Amino acid sequence: MDEAMWAFGRVSGFVSLALFTASVLLGILNRSGRPLLVLPRFSISLLHRNIALLATVFLGLHVGSLLLDSFAKLNPVDIVVPFLGSFQPFWQGLGTAALDLVLAVVVTGLLRHRIGQRSFKAVHWLSYGIWPVAMAHALGNGTDVSRGWFLLLAAASAVAVAAALLWRLSPSFLETSHARQGNLP
Amino acid sequence: MTTHLHIDWTSCDGRGLCTELLPGVLDRDDWGYPLARGKSGRERTDVPLRDADREAAHEAVRLCPKLALSLWDGEKPEPGRRRPGQ
Repeated sequence: MDEAMWAFGRVSGFVSLALFTASVLLGILNRSGRPLLVLPRFSISLLHRNIALLATVFLGLHVGSLLLDSFAKLNPVDIVVPFLGSFQPFWQGLGTAALDLVLAVVVTGLLRHRIGQRSFKAVHWLSYGIWPVAMAHALGNGTDVSRGWFLLLAAASAVAVAAALLWRLSPSFLETSHARQGNLP
Repeated sequence: MTTHLHIDWTSCDGRGLCTELLPGVLDRDDWGYPLARGKSGRERTDVPLRDADREAAHEAVRLCPKLALSLWDGEKPEPGRRRPGQ
């Protein structure tokens, strides 16, 4: 049973990170206001939300299974307070910090209509910080880091997110940027 | 009693989700902002909706990335009492 929890804890961590990567990419695409191939803008918006929620579910499974596992030596307090862990407290603490911040982003995202755009956006911006923290946690704390497939996945994710970020900062990012910079079609 | 879709122009950023969800009601101008089809004056800001468009309008209110849309029935409520999603 312990073996199963350990295996599941690792796999769910990868799945969660991969889904969060997809969610960050979709979020940036969503912000550009552009449709993608056959997907209209509102589908990208819904996909961004649903993939983020799915990633959060896997994050819950990741933490839950490692709580029940005896290798990981995770205490309930490690879920809330970072850097107190018994095994690699710094790298594990990054995971705790990411978990807490993800919960803040999810809760404010679900309550967007109630708390207003400004508060929602202020918290949602944290996502840009959470992703590298989660990736650092995976690389620093993961026990499968030396595997080729993991490094490949991590490198591909980092390249994709960095490229999306550069695109986000470029002047032609918005779908309407051409017209809004004074060039009528 | 006609339902109206209110567009808050100070919040709107012309992201285009509403124009996708309500293609028969809203067109898009060159800068991406929604433009009520065949309407003028105040009805460009408080767009009257047919019953058939109500559901799509609800979705648009829910999904607007800038929370710039709201729905109201009958008499126009005080601006302060209008809440997104209602």
